[in-house]
Parts: sequence; structure tokens; C-alpha cells
Amino acid sequence: MTEAILVNASQTPLDGTTRNELWSGPVIDVDVHANVPSLDALYPYMSEMWIDWCKERGWKGPNASYAHYPPGSARACRPEWRPTGMMPASNVSLLKEHILDPWQVDNAIINCYYGVDALRHPDWAAALARAVNDWLIAEWLEKDSRLRASMVLPARDPKAMVDEIRRVGNHPGFVQVMFPVRNDQLWGQRVFHPVYEAMVEHDLVFGMHYGGTTDGPPSTTGYSSWFVEDYAAEWQSFAGQVTSLVSEGVFQKFPQLRVSVLEGGFLWVPVWGWRMNKEWKGLRREVPWLDRAPLEIIRDHFRFSTAPIDGGPPALMEKATEWLNSEDLLMFATDYPHAYDDDFAAFFNVIPDSMKPKMMAESARNWYRL
Amino acid sequence: MASNKYVVGRASDLAEGERMIVEVNNRSIGIFNIDGKFFGLANNCPHKGAEMCKGHVVGHLSSPAPGEFEYDTSRKYVMCPWHGWEFDIATGQSYFDPTGVRTRPYAVEVEGGSAVISEVDDGEASYTPGEYALIAQDPGFALHEGIAGDLDGRKPGPYTAETIPITVEDDYLVVNFRPVRPPRAARKVEETA
Repeated sequence: MTEAILVNASQTPLDGTTRNELWSGPVIDVDVHANVPSLDALYPYMSEMWIDWCKERGWKGPNASYAHYPPGSARACRPEWRPTGMMPASNVSLLKEHILDPWQVDNAIINCYYGVDALRHPDWAAALARAVNDWLIAEWLEKDSRLRASMVLPARDPKAMVDEIRRVGNHPGFVQVMFPVRNDQLWGQRVFHPVYEAMVEHDLVFGMHYGGTTDGPPSTTGYSSWFVEDYAAEWQSFAGQVTSLVSEGVFQKFPQLRVSVLEGGFLWVPVWGWRMNKEWKGLRREVPWLDRAPLEIIRDHFRFSTAPIDGGPPALMEKATEWLNSEDLLMFATDYPHAYDDDFAAFFNVIPDSMKPKMMAESARNWYRL
Repeated sequence: MASNKYVVGRASDLAEGERMIVEVNNRSIGIFNIDGKFFGLANNCPHKGAEMCKGHVVGHLSSPAPGEFEYDTSRKYVMCPWHGWEFDIATGQSYFDPTGVRTRPYAVEVEGGSAVISEVDDGEASYTPGEYALIAQDPGFALHEGIAGDLDGRKPGPYTAETIPITVEDDYLVVNFRPVRPPRAARKVEETA
């Protein structure tokens, strides 16, 4: 069996390190992607009416995924994972060849960012979400027992979101709901609480992922001009959403709810948390349901995927990681097929040994009840 | 003989809901009249030293879930004017970290003029610092009736008697620098344990 080989290692001895040389224990990959190869691929999972709806209009699918992951961009796919003549990460054979087998994963969790959130047509958005979820079940979950997945939802209609959770939420392969980080409204707000109630009923994790409404501003002060701004500064959208979920008391109302921050980075969290803890002491009367310091809520209710790392120079990485002040917060992810310029080996080597088994598999196994 | 007690004013001068700041034994202390009961609190915030007792006096606000408010106006907090930290006026404990961040509470007694006169004349027996520390550590120690507190073993400062004219007819507010004795029952338990 082929073994995964690490790339991007800045220290010469690590460049070309194999998966087992780096870490011989179990691995769970919490963020791999399934790309819908084309709208036609979803036709088997749509009713005649919606197929004709697409054909009548010559509609080829939501453009949001192309905006967030420009298909030809080096960021959208690592060169060694880019197949000839087909969309990267668009079928289970590619995923097996590139991740499941060489990384010898116990489980991998599929996140499909197809941009359903870009649709403002309420019925079409719900129908497209259903099609994507049924495609995930039939073409991914049922083809490899190691796979689990996040379901997608029509993000603008809480009732339709609940309906879709009830429709497919009992499928054992769905362990999570994908929430694109950028949305018309902050996710903590009460209009979405019925969605979280349904998620708790089905024991689904809240998977907050890079992407989302492209016609909404990605920053708090308006629109950016370039892809690099969207891509590199997306953490500010994550911080806004995490602040909302914490401040709105979502975890006091739904103590069982768990949030995974995926492709959102994690080293911004301590700095954010220190500020939040400080402000909470004097402003907590505004949000009296916030019964403990925000960073305590983060430790109980949030986990973060390890891609991207945003780690800075390896010499400073150790100290930055200490700022997390927890060995439980991180979960390993390859973020297949995306290419962050991360030096995972350097990062792996600066974290405490006791944290490694948790980060590589145990935390995810507990979090997702795998 | 040194005294632990300081007469700070007439009870009738501090109406319900009002407060005053007094200088006693070189310390600034806020005296609050909460529903007819009197409480004293060190007037310096343990955070950055602001004159804490000049802040808003508010009720105890908590919530079991978003949108549900429980407002208990029988428990009062003073909010530091600088950063808004809330301190329980009865115990000196902060809302956000009651055991770690707190300020010193003082017992404020209302005494008749004749009692005050005889105490001032006689002086008052005071604890040694070691005895004081033992009492402050006692879990049964209560500063005010029915309200648990913890003085963290702080030792009383040097004592000087207040010398203000006292008339027999009035009630006076007396700040007591020593902790109230534990209730008799609590002491019994400790002795037999």
C-alpha cells in the first residue's frame, strides 16, 4: 500500500517523511472535500421538474464554489492531487487513492462545498441541498465504510433547514451539518435556534467551514477587491461567527451542541478569547446567559481543524501553540484537495507528545462519536 | 485600649438606597443602605484601584437561557465605574470570579448613642492577628446574618479611636474592622470536631 508522504516540510530531514515515520498511530481526517463534478452529476438525485428547471434556463450550477476555490488556482488543488480531464476530488476513487489509503485513516469526514448558500430561490435551494445530500449518500458514504459526511442545507430558510435535517439526519453517515462561515445573518441569532434543536436531536455537529454567501461582504467593513483578501482574511468571518454563537447563548440553550471550525485556522482563537474574556467581566449584564468566560465555552464546545495552520516561523510555533492552553482543541485534517502552504511536519514536531494522539484521532473520535 | 470600631455618622443621614464614602483609619470605605440594612465595602477596585463604591448599584442579573432574565433586586451589586465589574455589596465578591476577585467588606452596625459612648470610653477587645486569620478561614464565618463571606485572612490594621461627639438620643453607623464572630452553633461544631 502506498503511504502518504509529507510535502512542504521546511526542515530538510522532514521533507519526504512518510505518514508512519511522522506518526504511526491512528488517523482521522476531519476535513476532506467532495466536489460535485458538474450539475449533470446531480440529475439522478433531482426530480424531473428541477432538471427541466435547470435545462430551461441553461443553468450550470451555483458559482459560489468557483469564487471561493477558483478551479485553476494552486490553492484549489495540490498539483499531485489534480487528475487529468476531471474535477479534483470529484469521486471516491480519487479520495481513496490520495487520502484514505496512503494516510491509512480510520475515518474521514467529507465536506462538500457546492455553494447551495448562493441561491436565493427558496425552493430551488432546498431541492439542490437535497440532491447534494442524496449524491453524498449514494456516491460517497455507501462506497467506503470509512467515510462520514456533513449534510448541506439551504442556509436562508430555517424551516427548510430543519426539514432537511429531519429527512436525512438519521443516516448513520451524516455526523455533521455544514455551515458556510459567510452568511446573510450571524449564525448565533435566534432565528436559527430551531435548526440547532433539530441537530441536537440527531446528535449532529455544527461544522463551520470556509465559504458562503459571495454576495455578502466578507469583512465587517465591506467588500474586498481581490481573491487573496477573501482567502487570507476569512478568519475575520470565523471570528465574527464564533463571537455570535458564544454571545447569543447558543451553548446555554443547547448544552450538547458541538462546533467544528473547519478550514478556519486556530491561532487567532487565543487572542480573540483573551479579549472576549476581558470584556465579558464588565459587559456580561448585556448577555446574562453567558454564565462563564468565553474561552471556557470554546474549550467545551469548539474544536478546530489543523488546516490551515497559520503557524508562522517554526521557531515561534511552539509558543503560539501553547497559547491554546489545551491539548484537546485541534483535530487533524488534510483539507484534501486544497493546498495551504502549511508545514504540518514542523507543527507536529513542536506540539507536546501527549497531544499528538488526541490531535491525530482521539479528539475527532470523541467529538463525532466515531 | 485600641478599638476596632469607628463611628462614621448618624444612621438617619443615610436614607434607603443611598451611599456615602467615608475615610476611616486612612481607608476609604463605601457605606450603603440597602433596604434598611447597612453594608460597608472598601472603596478601591481590586482590578485597577478605581473608586469602586461610586459606581452604579444594580440587582443580581442572571439568565438560564437566551431571552430569559432573572433579576433579583434583593441582592445588590456595585459596578466599578471604570470597567463595569460587579461586586456583591454584602460580601465584596465579584460576580465573574467570586472566590478569586473580591474586595473587602466591612460590617456596619447601627448602635444607640449610649452604647457608642460606653464603647468609645472603654475601648474594645481586639483579636490578635493570628486569631483573626483563624476566624476568617472558618467556613461558618458570616459577616452579615445569613450571608456567607470570606475575608481571606486579612489582618486588622493599627487601631485608633474615632473622636467625634456622640449624643445619647441618636442611632449611629459604626464600621467594625473586625469580623463578626461565627454563629454560636457553628463554633460548637468546630469545638467538638
